Amino acid sequence: MIQVGLNHFLVLSAVLFSLGIFGIVTRKNAVMVLMGIELILNAANINFIAFAKYGNFGYQGQLIALFVIVLAAAEAAIALAIVLNIYKTFSTVNVDEIDTLKE
Amino acid sequence: MELSINYILNELNFIKPELVISISIVLIVFTDLIFDKRKQILPVISLISLLITGYFVIEQFGMNTFAIAPAGSKGMLAVDPFGAFFKMVVLFASFIIILFSINSSEIKLSSDRHGEYYTLIFGMILGMLFVISAADLILIYISLELLSLSSYVLAGFTKQSLRNSEASLKYLIYGGVSSGIMLFGISIIYGITGSTNLYEINSLIQAPQLPNITFILASILIFTGIGFKISAAPFHFWTPDVYEGAPIPITAYLSIASKAAGFALLIRFVKVTFIQSINTEGYWQLLNIIDWKTFVVLISILSMTLGNFAALWQNNLKRLLAYSSIAHAGYLLLGLAVLSNQGLLAIIIYFAIYAFMNLGAFLIVMLIANKTGSEDMDDYNGLGFTSPLLSVSLAIFFISLTGLPPTAGFIAKLYLFIALIDAEMITVAVIALLNTVVSLYYYVRVLKHLYLVKAEPDTPIIGVSALNTVLILMLLIPTLVFGIYFTPIVDFAKVSVSLLGF
Repeated sequence: MIQVGLNHFLVLSAVLFSLGIFGIVTRKNAVMVLMGIELILNAANINFIAFAKYGNFGYQGQLIALFVIVLAAAEAAIALAIVLNIYKTFSTVNVDEIDTLKE
Repeated sequence: MELSINYILNELNFIKPELVISISIVLIVFTDLIFDKRKQILPVISLISLLITGYFVIEQFGMNTFAIAPAGSKGMLAVDPFGAFFKMVVLFASFIIILFSINSSEIKLSSDRHGEYYTLIFGMILGMLFVISAADLILIYISLELLSLSSYVLAGFTKQSLRNSEASLKYLIYGGVSSGIMLFGISIIYGITGSTNLYEINSLIQAPQLPNITFILASILIFTGIGFKISAAPFHFWTPDVYEGAPIPITAYLSIASKAAGFALLIRFVKVTFIQSINTEGYWQLLNIIDWKTFVVLISILSMTLGNFAALWQNNLKRLLAYSSIAHAGYLLLGLAVLSNQGLLAIIIYFAIYAFMNLGAFLIVMLIANKTGSEDMDDYNGLGFTSPLLSVSLAIFFISLTGLPPTAGFIAKLYLFIALIDAEMITVAVIALLNTVVSLYYYVRVLKHLYLVKAEPDTPIIGVSALNTVLILMLLIPTLVFGIYFTPIVDFAKVSVSLLGF
């Protein structure tokens, strides 16, 4: 039986972080890009909680994670509103096609 | 932790400016709901509450203390003259921006949503005031998000316009990614040190057995988030698009206030977290973890060169000013690269002057765009003959942005170069000087369109209302006067250099 330790959590969060960056770079749909951002935030959350538990830093890490969850929700709400508005004006949410602001 | 009512009331004394702004947000929302038909009351309320906030910020020039400090640890906020100066810049910019918004035809278009507009502006102000004095990584993250979330919406305020929506989406994606990366960096620093307070981290990392590579990586991740806010290369990709797409008052606001908050944060982060000691000549000895000097010099040279050279090809004035703002971020970073109080003095003087000249340039661009409906350079042909006041002011603001005497921009650059030469960074000073020469070309190109192209019969005559004339003079006179009589601004900057604890 493997004992789950700090390293396992750190690897998990590193994988999530990389997946998030990968999603942001490769996906064309604005909603998928936003999901990549959420993955990055959750990777950081896992770090905070794992460090708080295994580093014996008290409950500060857990509290920070709660703050971040609330902020992520707020950001998602605003982001979806903006994407909805983009869909109304451009009739697409493909980030590659939204490029009227180029020379 | 003592949580008596007296303790709380006592701590609230240190965040009076932030409290006034919070109360104004509520007040604006309710005024908007109650006086539904009389929207012109909103800017008046905003201006009055900014003045009250300004009074409390001036009080903070005499303070040097932690606020919201739980017993036995350092505080969440550092209230000091350095923070007070940057808060003044933010409030000044907000004051001018609200006057801009009254005149902007883009904002007038959606006049039924003015309540939201001023609420979001005040949301940004609150975020910036907290960012400027935050001494805790989590407070930094939360207040940066408050600032960003409000500005994403403001960048796309005119919902019907294509370029507004696009600017908003691009700002959102770049901003979301960079703040996420910054949070990841914060989580790693929390893991290494067990604290999120900058002052505590500083005392914890004095011990040499730290995992250096991890710490460097985490610092660079945090720098990504800050670099995005100050639009330094290579985190600048959003700047041209968002500046071009957003309504002009918001563009001007992002270029001054948002940048000021970002710089205050960057300086506080670098100085407080990494300082070891200050030697007798005022140079900071940083901990031997990350070579901030080389790093900042590289970023700064990249920003200057990229900003100035990309601006050469721009035909849209807002886009041109966006690249010029990237270049100015480069100049400002040089003040930090010196790593001394003299460099800090140069940054503060630069910001005080940059606020006047850049807001002025945006004001003229806005007044012309109100009439012609575009910021294209060809629409400026011959305006020098039909609209002399606007053209002369624009010429002076652009000469000041280049940094030529007798304007204030020269003084700003002068102090920066003195700091660089005193620190024996001659090569960097020469590169910055060459960049200034390049920037002269694109600023003067606009003047060529204004004065050397003959006015056609259809060249518009742009009238300026009395309020706008006063506004132009408010920005123009300091730009000229500080170029000749700059002692007050230098004295003011010398008071503002002191950070809490150093």
